[in-house]
Amino acid sequence: MNKNVLIRLNGISKSFDGETVLDHINLEIHNKEFITLLGPSGCGKTTTLRIIGGFETPDEGDVFFDGKRINDIPPYQRQVNTVFQRYALFPHLNVFDNIAFGLRIQKCSDAQIKEKVKEMLALVNLRGFERRKVNTLSGGQQQRVAIARALVNQPKVLLLDEPLAALDLKLRKDMQNELKNIQHQTGITFIYVTHDQEEALSMSDTVVVMAHGKIQQIGTPTDIYNEPINAFVADFIGESNIVDGVMLADYRVKLAGHTFDCVDGGFDTNEPVDVVIRPEDVDVVSKEKGMLCGLVTGVTFKGVHYEIIVDVEGFKWMIQTTDFVAEGETIGLSIDPDAFHIMKKSEFSGMFGDYSSFSDELDKLSDATEEIDEE
Amino acid sequence: MKKKSFFEHIATAPYVFWASIFIVGPLLVVLYFAFTDQEGKFTFENILSLSSYSHTFIMSLGFALIATVICLLIGYPLAYCMSRMSERTRNVLTVLLMLPMWISLLIRTYSLMALLDNGGLVSGLLTRLGFEKLTFIGTEGAVILGMIYDFLPYMVLPIFTSMNKLDVRYLEAAADLGCNNRKTLWRVILPLTMPGVISGITMVFVPSISTFYISQKLGGGVFDLLGDTIERQFQNAVTYHTGAAISLVMMILILISLAIMNKFSDSGEDIIV
Repeated sequence: MNKNVLIRLNGISKSFDGETVLDHINLEIHNKEFITLLGPSGCGKTTTLRIIGGFETPDEGDVFFDGKRINDIPPYQRQVNTVFQRYALFPHLNVFDNIAFGLRIQKCSDAQIKEKVKEMLALVNLRGFERRKVNTLSGGQQQRVAIARALVNQPKVLLLDEPLAALDLKLRKDMQNELKNIQHQTGITFIYVTHDQEEALSMSDTVVVMAHGKIQQIGTPTDIYNEPINAFVADFIGESNIVDGVMLADYRVKLAGHTFDCVDGGFDTNEPVDVVIRPEDVDVVSKEKGMLCGLVTGVTFKGVHYEIIVDVEGFKWMIQTTDFVAEGETIGLSIDPDAFHIMKKSEFSGMFGDYSSFSDELDKLSDATEEIDEE
Repeated sequence: MKKKSFFEHIATAPYVFWASIFIVGPLLVVLYFAFTDQEGKFTFENILSLSSYSHTFIMSLGFALIATVICLLIGYPLAYCMSRMSERTRNVLTVLLMLPMWISLLIRTYSLMALLDNGGLVSGLLTRLGFEKLTFIGTEGAVILGMIYDFLPYMVLPIFTSMNKLDVRYLEAAADLGCNNRKTLWRVILPLTMPGVISGITMVFVPSISTFYISQKLGGGVFDLLGDTIERQFQNAVTYHTGAAISLVMMILILISLAIMNKFSDSGEDIIV
């Protein structure tokens, strides 16, 4: 076993009221790593975090911490601290007393407490807030207090349960940077739960993509983005066009009635596959020069680029381009060989990656997120 | 502050009317009698004469305090346990607790009297079991027991309500920060349920200090509490003035006690008195 492994989940299963939330999860978390559990609501990411924190006991499987099995260790004896989703700051205590809470339990001296709290307030940029009541703070400030309250105990692992979900976009970006800095400064292992793929990609050393109570893929952000293992991961991480294809031979794939060169191999001859093409990897050219031709059915201005929906023989592609094209125009598409990413067929094949019902799909996703997180 | 709309005025009118006729009015009458003599002249004589009742004041305060403390000691753990039970058990217990409240206090006190009376159910049973003949009625214990029996639900329910409102996340946060169950109780649950405790104390202490029927029925006429004294004064038109003076001082005592308690709670939240 790797000496650097701090937490190991071994075949963890958990169900609530007969509904399986986690299905035999295996995961290794390394020391000083920033690891993110990413997935849509209901995928089991929060439950995984709560099992590590000790707030839930797994029905099956073992949790190891530093090589010791900790299934039966209650939360207050674990060397982890949590930043809760809606912070859970104690309303009867002010900022100072909230942060000092854990230290008081450990019976630290007053002088020590004072010094450590001061240090923490400096770390989270809240100098001078000691006497403030927590309910007079803004969401971002409460968030910082929650982080300080957890970090002051110098845990080996910090668990963060969608800590930025309640903040507005600008603040969220700032906090992402700050969290990353804090993690570097303190050298504490961060286990971060989010459904925001962008957040996961920009902060993490390792991303764990989860769906339906199973881990779909573990990897660095670039691996996950460039080499998604199945249609679910490809769709969940970033935008992607996922097209049915057939592997004719190594480095030759056929899709949308055309044959293309690609850089992937190792499939059976004529094996049906899912092909991912990221919207930014497709070049818009004149229809004579195009490998594929299609009709532009929608154009959305996004600031940096235009997002256009192109109908290629009934399959709607999303393409990001800096050149303006008009709706109703017929354009050609050109794709480089290394832009094709070939995946084996999976249970998720055919469920994602077509933009014909683009807006509906997005609405449904964000609604579901809100609902389940409320619970 | 925002100006009230016409509708708000209309909506509050019945209560304002009620309060002025039945709350503010009588208070003014009490004030009037407390500070006048029989010829209607202003005087401090009534208030000053109360020193002869100091024993009654101390005894009433003592009984009410003991009853309140015991109610709190029984009520808080009960409310805590209830809030942690399954919803079914919890509902059954709540109904059991509420049930006596649907019966008039007077009737409940009478039935307790019947139980404790000489030759009543309890002492009869004890004698038959071979104990010496015990007298309950007319002892301090019986009066305080009566107060506890009558007012316990008023202690439990507000505490139970604030216990139930307590967000589980706070308990998880406490556990996360190193609190075992006992420490969580002291450092998080107790402070956060303080508003319930304060209402409970108020709702037991105030009726206990002013009761007269409990001491009459269970005290066997031995104990003259504030309520009894006031009642007696008002039986006789001549002593209205003393009765009013005692009432006034008792009200002030209660207000002072509540003020002290609110100071202690220091939660900054509004407390329903």
